[in-house]
Parts: sequence; structure tokens; C-alpha cells
Amino acid sequence: MVAAMKAMTRTFALLLFLAPIALVAQTQGGLDPASLLKPLGDSWATYSGDYTGRRYSSLTQINQSNVKNLGLAWLSRGFVQGSGPTGHGGAAGAGRRGEGSARFTVAGEGSGEFNGGGPAQIRGSVLMVDGVLYATSPDNAWAIDARDGTILWQFYWKTRGGTHTGHRGFGMWHNYLFMETHDDYLVKIDAHTGKEVWHVELAPFDEQYFSSMAPIIVRDHVIVGTGNDLDTPGFLQSYDPETGKRQWILYTVPMSADDPGVDTWPSLDAARHGGAQPWVPGAYDPETNLYIFGTGNPTPAYTVAGRGTGTGLFTCSLIAVNVDTGKMAWYYQTSPRDMHDFDSAQTPILIDSKINGQPRKLVSTAARNGYFFTVDRVTGEYVASGKYSPAANFASGMDKQGRPILNPEKVATIPGAIVSGSATNWQPQAYSPDTGLLYTPENNGLTIRYLIDADPRGSMGLGGIQGGGGVSTGGSITAIDPNTAKVAWRHELPGGGETGMLTTAGRLLFAGDGAGNFVAYDPANGKPLWHSRLGTVSNAAETYMLDGKQYVLVAGGDALFAFALQ
Amino acid sequence: MRQSREHRHAWAIVAAALMMGAGLVTLAQTKPPEGQPPAPAAQGAPQPPVERRGPPPPNFPQQQRHLADAAVIARGKGLYESNCAACHGIDLRGGQQGGPNLLRSQLVLSDKSGEQITPVVQRGRPNPPAGAPPMPAFPMPPDDIKAIAEYFHSVLAHAGAQGRPPEGELVPPERVLVGDAAAGQAYFSAKCSTCHSVDGDLKAIASRSRDPRELQDLWVSGGRGRGGRDADAEGGETTRRQPVTVTVIPASGSPLEGRLARIDDFVVSLILEDGTRKTFTRTASGPKVEVHDPADAHRKLVSTLAEKDMHNVTAYLWTLK
Repeated sequence: MVAAMKAMTRTFALLLFLAPIALVAQTQGGLDPASLLKPLGDSWATYSGDYTGRRYSSLTQINQSNVKNLGLAWLSRGFVQGSGPTGHGGAAGAGRRGEGSARFTVAGEGSGEFNGGGPAQIRGSVLMVDGVLYATSPDNAWAIDARDGTILWQFYWKTRGGTHTGHRGFGMWHNYLFMETHDDYLVKIDAHTGKEVWHVELAPFDEQYFSSMAPIIVRDHVIVGTGNDLDTPGFLQSYDPETGKRQWILYTVPMSADDPGVDTWPSLDAARHGGAQPWVPGAYDPETNLYIFGTGNPTPAYTVAGRGTGTGLFTCSLIAVNVDTGKMAWYYQTSPRDMHDFDSAQTPILIDSKINGQPRKLVSTAARNGYFFTVDRVTGEYVASGKYSPAANFASGMDKQGRPILNPEKVATIPGAIVSGSATNWQPQAYSPDTGLLYTPENNGLTIRYLIDADPRGSMGLGGIQGGGGVSTGGSITAIDPNTAKVAWRHELPGGGETGMLTTAGRLLFAGDGAGNFVAYDPANGKPLWHSRLGTVSNAAETYMLDGKQYVLVAGGDALFAFALQ
Repeated sequence: MRQSREHRHAWAIVAAALMMGAGLVTLAQTKPPEGQPPAPAAQGAPQPPVERRGPPPPNFPQQQRHLADAAVIARGKGLYESNCAACHGIDLRGGQQGGPNLLRSQLVLSDKSGEQITPVVQRGRPNPPAGAPPMPAFPMPPDDIKAIAEYFHSVLAHAGAQGRPPEGELVPPERVLVGDAAAGQAYFSAKCSTCHSVDGDLKAIASRSRDPRELQDLWVSGGRGRGGRDADAEGGETTRRQPVTVTVIPASGSPLEGRLARIDDFVVSLILEDGTRKTFTRTASGPKVEVHDPADAHRKLVSTLAEKDMHNVTAYLWTLK
């Protein structure tokens, strides 16, 4: 609890008689979390549009027959991050010039000295609810008119510092937005005004955690994950959207001697420093009430010493957790005994399919290690897996549960081992029930990994090795059949697979091509149907419907582009 | 967890801001007080932009804190080495007697000025968490323990980015030389000599690298050195890669050949011999485009390269001074 919360507590007695009215006001209007259970259509109200992670929109106004007529509806550029104590420090200033009417809110526990300012980097999801877009960049957020791109307000967070990766966006609950900050706060913001309601510390900043996940809100649970590169335990938490009180915490590594998985670590101390940070949003299955998410790499990431030969549960795993109790229902490890930072936090996708004529409830993911996995989403039981990245060379084979077996010769050595890199990363994958295919960006390459810290105790964090020379062997957009884990088609991209995916019932697949083009592909075969060269594409595209017009929205660094039929 | 592209981009923004003379903050401080780590470049007067790879310097609380006087830190170091290092290691990263690594200890990381460390030292830990061996009590004066705590914080201030420990003893690059030069020469003759010659393009290649590790990076990446395709911008004299060329055959007219400047599904740009740049729109009906990348054969070779062969070839190439 921090200052804002304490202030609330002090005034709580005064406001007590108003409480029933206030609570009713909080839960009326705005976004009803139940609406997220409907098929994705007019709005885009959570990280993946809906809970399934599919990024498959039911909208069909823009479709294969007319996509050639897609053109710019509006362009909103020059989103500038705040800096300094007021947010207006430095010549770059803050807020977009010429829009003086936009409200500017300053908040945060830092002094502003660690806020870099400069052009925004919109690398997460942009929500669209009731005609308003809500976008984020590290330590900054904006409300934007979804009809013409006008900025309505900017929220500026004075950070305490720490690692600043990309920011993945907001969660929304009624008229409130929830944002993680890199200095480890969960911030509640009034969606109408951009003013802060409260903030709570969700992870110890002293222990070098950094938080950038888009919160996923299920009923009255604000689900948040966090990241860290230092040797610390990962955890997923749920907060009360009204009070900011923590409802539960699920550690993703064993924390006591009788926790499951402790025998997969050389010691309890190693387990408690073992990583498995959940830093990317997961998917939610209302039928089982399970939230399914991926976990990051073990720490130390690269050095065998200190890690032993165990699989290191629950790092690089899919985990299903009951949203009300915070109890783990099942897990499936996609990179057992990871030694290559094959972080497996990417958003999994819920798929309903038929296997051998039987309807199955599945969850699938293309993992960073270059392997694809489908498991039963009720039980975690293995269904299918296979290698999709031709470069992936770290495994000597696969075990009976379909998991790659680490080849010890591919672990960093003093003279150098030549190892495949990350085939994909956090960028959202998509799934179309029309084609029955899952789409992922794919990159292939090999680099030499040298052990440079030969200390018998092992290193820490991402230390101990040096990346050396290597080659890139090509990138693509890759379509995979989740029933078989086999690649259906691969569209080669000279610039490599860089951005996330959107697919629609209009039989379109939108993605960046790594060469600055925003492209609509045929989801059946990867053939380009339309493109616009934006220079850079920095997030996965989204789509929404307003006044009978379908928009396709995509970010390019500090700009938002909205396309519609002309 | 690694999102290197994003880190690099963030740093580019910082560098750009410095270049514009914007300065990220306007602190009057120009010289760090004694005992403090040097201020990040962005905090001082505007400095010339420095080309830098990797993430910006870390600024977690450990790197932000005001450190104690050098004399206190030195005293704490001495006390640590005589009382604690046997169990916790001379570098705080844990010792053979099972004392835990203090650089990743939640208690040490969240301690401000000895207030959390003092009770543990004074009372010991008869039943430590996480199965570590018990720690005996050390009845030391509070000032001594505080000095030890300040020493811890001075070490943490120099920890690396992304959870790395402070830089310690590193493996010398010469230890890359484990291969058999004769076997490397045989491999080179069989697999590389079609395109490369030790009297031609690779003449005295060892002298182009500072050490054998750099040489191995150079030849495996095909002339780029560390970082693979991301290292393009480094350029430098080690880059002697043959350019990628392209032949563009229009539906009517004669074919054009030149250096490939840019290609995607929609356009292809090439630089002709006279320096002219030509760009063509690519459609289903043409033009026909043939890309010739001299590195294709190299990439194919590296894709199946075994570590043993790699080390042997490096040992051989290192003899070519």
C-alpha cells in the first residue's frame, strides 16, 4: 500500500456513509466483464480482444473480396512520452502539441528523472470500448477518439526506474482501466478522465521485478503477472478491482520443501530463485474457470552449475489456474530443463476441435524454442507436438509426453556451442476456426554461445555467457495445424517475422512483414492480398466496428493507423 | 527473459534525445558525491552520443542508492572477508560451505542500511529457510554490521544488467582454441575452399581479429562478427562480405542486374553498376526476380555445422597470421 491508498484510508471514515452509492456507481456502466464471453466483434475490450487468445474477429465487412479497397480512415501520430517531474521536461516535451485540450495527468512515486520521454513505442494491445481507444507505452497511456484519432487524455507515470521493456496495455473493468507499471505498481485509472484512482505495489521493486503485462480481468479478478531477469521466484496474482486488495498469489516455482516440483531442482534455495516469470497475458476458459498462461525461463538462465539436471518446474510451462482460488489445476512444460532463455510466456490459444472424430477442448502454443504444442485444456494431457522451426537444434529428441529433450552438447561451452535462437517471442499468435490453423511469426537462426563465467557455482540472471557470431536462416509467417502440430504453410519474409497476428471471419490474416509493410494475407495459404507501407509495425493489428464501419487498427511506434473501406 | 530488440530501441531513443541536446533531466549534479557510482550519462551535462549496444545501464534501487563513505565500505569489506566470506563466498555469490548467494538474497536486496541484515547477523539463523545450513550468531558491534551491509550495497551497485553479477573473472578468449588445426585444414579444403581461399579473401584472416573467439565469430557469421544479422551496423574492416545481387527481368525489356538494396513481396530495389537506383513494383505478372546471395551456401553449411568441426576450423584459421 502506498501513499494514495493511505490517503484513501484516512478519508475512508468520512466517506463511509457514501460507500453503498460509490460501489453501485463503480459497477455500473462501462465495460461489463461478462461481455468478454461473447464472440469478438464490435469492441476490443481485453488484451486478445476476448478471452480465447485467438485474435479472431467475427467482423466481415472487410473481407477477401473488398480488401483491395482498404484505405486510411485516420492517422494519429506523434504520441510523446512524458519526462521530468511535470511530464513536460526536456525539449521533446510531452503530449502531442496542438492538442491543448487533452487532459494531462501526472502520477507515480518517482521523481521523473528516470522517465526517458521521447516518441512512444506502442507495442501492446489498444482497447476499444464505447468509441474510445486506450493505448499504452512504458509509463504513459492515452485515451483516443476511435472515430478520428483525437487524443482525449494522457496519463504520465513518474517511474522509480528499473528495466523498461515494451508495455502490453490495459485491462478494463466497468469505467476503470488497470495498468501495470515497470516499477511494479498496479494502477487504477478513471477511463473518462484519465485520473488515478489508486495504486498498489504488486511486486517488490527492490528485488528488481518489472511489470508490463496487460492485466486480464475476469469478473471481479484483476489478474496480473510480472517479470524479472534476476534470480527470483515468478508469481501470478489476482487483485480486487474495487479495493486493490490481493485475492491470491500463485508462485510458479516451489517455495517450500513440500511444494510439488521441488524435486526437479537441486535445492529448495535454487527453486526459490528459479524464475518462471509470467510476463505476458494468458487465456481464460469460462467452462472450467481456468486461466491458462505461459511462464518464462529458469534462472540462472544459461549456466548448468547451480541448476543441476532437473527439469526446473514450473519454468517454460503452460499452467492452468482456477481464477477464484488461485490453485494450479495442471501444468505442461514446453521446455524442460531450459538452458537457452527459451522463455515460454507467449499467450496460449484456446481451440475447440475434433480429433479422431471426438470433439476436444484444446489449448495450443507455438513456443519460443521452435516447437509447437497442443494439450487438453481441461486436464493438461498431451495431444500433439512437433518442431516447426527448421533451425531448432537444441534437442536430441522428444519424450513420450511430446516434450523436447535437451541435448547437453548444445549448452554454452568455453569453446562455443552453436545453438538455435528464439523462433518466436511475446508477439501474439492467432487462430482461425475457418481454416483450423494457428498463425505465428517465425524466425530462424543460429548463434555461438560461449561460457565466459566458468565459476562452479554458476552465474546469475542472464549472465555467464556471451553470444557470438551466427547466421539468420530466414523468417516467415507460419500456419500450423493444432491437431497434428504440423506446418500447413509458411510465407517467407525477407525481413523476418516480427509482429503479432489478427485474423477475421472476412477470411483475412493481418500482420507486419518485417520490412515495414502492413499486410492482409489469405489465411488459407499466406498469399498477400493488400498492403500499406507504414515504415514500422509495432503491435498486432486489431479490428472494431463503429457507426456501421469496420476499422482495422495497427500501431507503428509512435503512431496509430486506422484503416477502413474507401 | 529477453526482448533485445526492444531494449535496443529504447536505448536508441535515449541516444537520440541526447543528440538533440534535449537532456533527459536537468539535474545540477555534475560530479557524483564520493562513494557513489558514476551518474548515468543522461544525468550529467549533455555528452556526445555514444554508439552503444545492449540495454541501458540498470537503475534499480541497488544502482540508485547513495553509498556510504569509501572508508566505511572498505572496513565492511575487511570485516566480511574475515567473518563471512568462508560461507558466503569472497564475492558474495555463495560459498562451498553452503552459505547462500547474497547478491540475490531478498533480505539483502530489500535492506536499506543494515536494518534487516543486523538482526540476522546478531542472532544467526538456527533454522534458515530453503534448507540452507544453519548460520551461527555473530556478536559484532552494530556499527561493524552496518559497515558490512554498506559493503554489500556497494557491490550490488555494480551488478550487471538483466540480473548479471558484477563482472568477475572471465574466461580468456584464447580458450576457444581446443580444436585440431590439421583436421580443421582438411575440413576447410573439403567444405570451404570452393568459395574461399587462404591466399585470397581469407589471407592472414587471423590478423583481422583480436583473439581466437573473435575470429570464430567472424568466420561463422560469414564476415560479421558478434551478433549475427544484428551486427550489420557495426561494419568495420572485418566486414568483407560479397554483396547480395539481384537480376530483375521485366515483362518487356532487357534484364537488369545490380546490388540488392531492398526487397519484399511488393517492391524490389537495386543499385546498378553506375550507382543508379531502380525500383520495381512486384505483381503476379512480373517482373521476374532472381536473388543471388553469396552467403546462401555459407548459411547452409553453418546450419549443419558440428561443434567439433567449428573448433577445428578456428584452430586452423588462427594459424593464418
